Amino acid sequence: MMQLVNISKSFGRVQALSGVSLTLEGTGIYGLLGNNGAGKTTLLNILTSRIFPDGGSLTLDGQPMLDRDEALSQIFMMGELNLYPEDMRVRRALEITGYMYPRFRMEEALALGERFGLNLKSRITALSTGYRSIFRIVTALSVHTPYLLLDEPVLGLDARHRDLFYKLLLESYGNDPRCILLSTHLIQEAEPLIEEAVILQAGRILRQGSVEKLLSGAYQLSGPAGLVDNFLGSRKPLAQTSLGGLKTVYLEGARPQSCPAGLEISPAGLQGYFIALMEEEESKC
Amino acid sequence: MFGSNDGERPLFLQVETLLEEAILSGAYPEEGQIPSITELSVSCKINPATALKGVNLLVERGLVYKKRGLGMFVAPGARERLQEERRRQFFAGYIQPLLAEAEKLGFTREMVAKMIWEGGDEA
Repeated sequence: MMQLVNISKSFGRVQALSGVSLTLEGTGIYGLLGNNGAGKTTLLNILTSRIFPDGGSLTLDGQPMLDRDEALSQIFMMGELNLYPEDMRVRRALEITGYMYPRFRMEEALALGERFGLNLKSRITALSTGYRSIFRIVTALSVHTPYLLLDEPVLGLDARHRDLFYKLLLESYGNDPRCILLSTHLIQEAEPLIEEAVILQAGRILRQGSVEKLLSGAYQLSGPAGLVDNFLGSRKPLAQTSLGGLKTVYLEGARPQSCPAGLEISPAGLQGYFIALMEEEESKC
Repeated sequence: MFGSNDGERPLFLQVETLLEEAILSGAYPEEGQIPSITELSVSCKINPATALKGVNLLVERGLVYKKRGLGMFVAPGARERLQEERRRQFFAGYIQPLLAEAEKLGFTREMVAKMIWEGGDEA
């Protein structure tokens, strides 16, 4: 179990994270969701001791984990390419990962690379944006540490390769269930894959919990504006949109048992809920 | 097909329907093995917990059973029971909405019956 309590971090005058508390338990696919600049990468860098928090505590199975090799060997974060020498070729870089992480499976990496059409002989620096992501994915999925952190893994991938990635991620998880934290801003694509969601905004956790539970506490309601306003009364929706006389609002709370006449109630969907939350937060500023 | 245009229904119910359809069509024969949770999860691109939840609905209904260490299999008589269930839902699920739509469009029941007899050759 990895536990973060009240983590804060600032860069100069920018408060990147404030009061972040998070528990990653056992096996599961967690989604770390947030807009660009929400603090996702900062949080991941803290989890892997690449940077240190200004305050708060981090423990792995009850032991403090800051800068402890023992703890770090349990965690793998999808790498930055600048960790490799410029002229290194893909196959060599995979071999080196094997020296550093004893659980790394070379045959699996080669098989994954083949399914993506990754050229093992290519220099890493010569790879296209998409194939750089693929190289990082292939490495990450083959490492098999108890904790795997994926930072925007599908960046620059086309639709076909994104699809392949989601399938291979689930295959890898099915064969070796472990704790996977998937950081992404592509919420709609990630929604069916993740069990637990952590919604980060401007360095704070806005909501966290099982996707099922989060979504059972939100819904959208639409209909003629007058009827919608009547239904709302003094309640303030998270967000609202209008199209002519048709109004749609996002609400938090349990869905009403029966739908008022003339109105339509539908599930919010994680992306809809996320956007509504963001809009509500912005309206507070 | 999975997940598309069906966003209103929770994914685990969609898994249940997917398997029901495969049993009804004979794609998964009785006493035959159904895909593993990982296979379902990968092919539908959903979390394995969601796939398991869908499969468990069929287990609870006695349509699928688990053989320890081997996997999950279609129960004997499952296809017939599903057909029976679907027959019972056929009127409410298909005929009633059909008649309601026909009425809105000004078709008489005779015209609807004629269309059915002619197999939709002519709209």
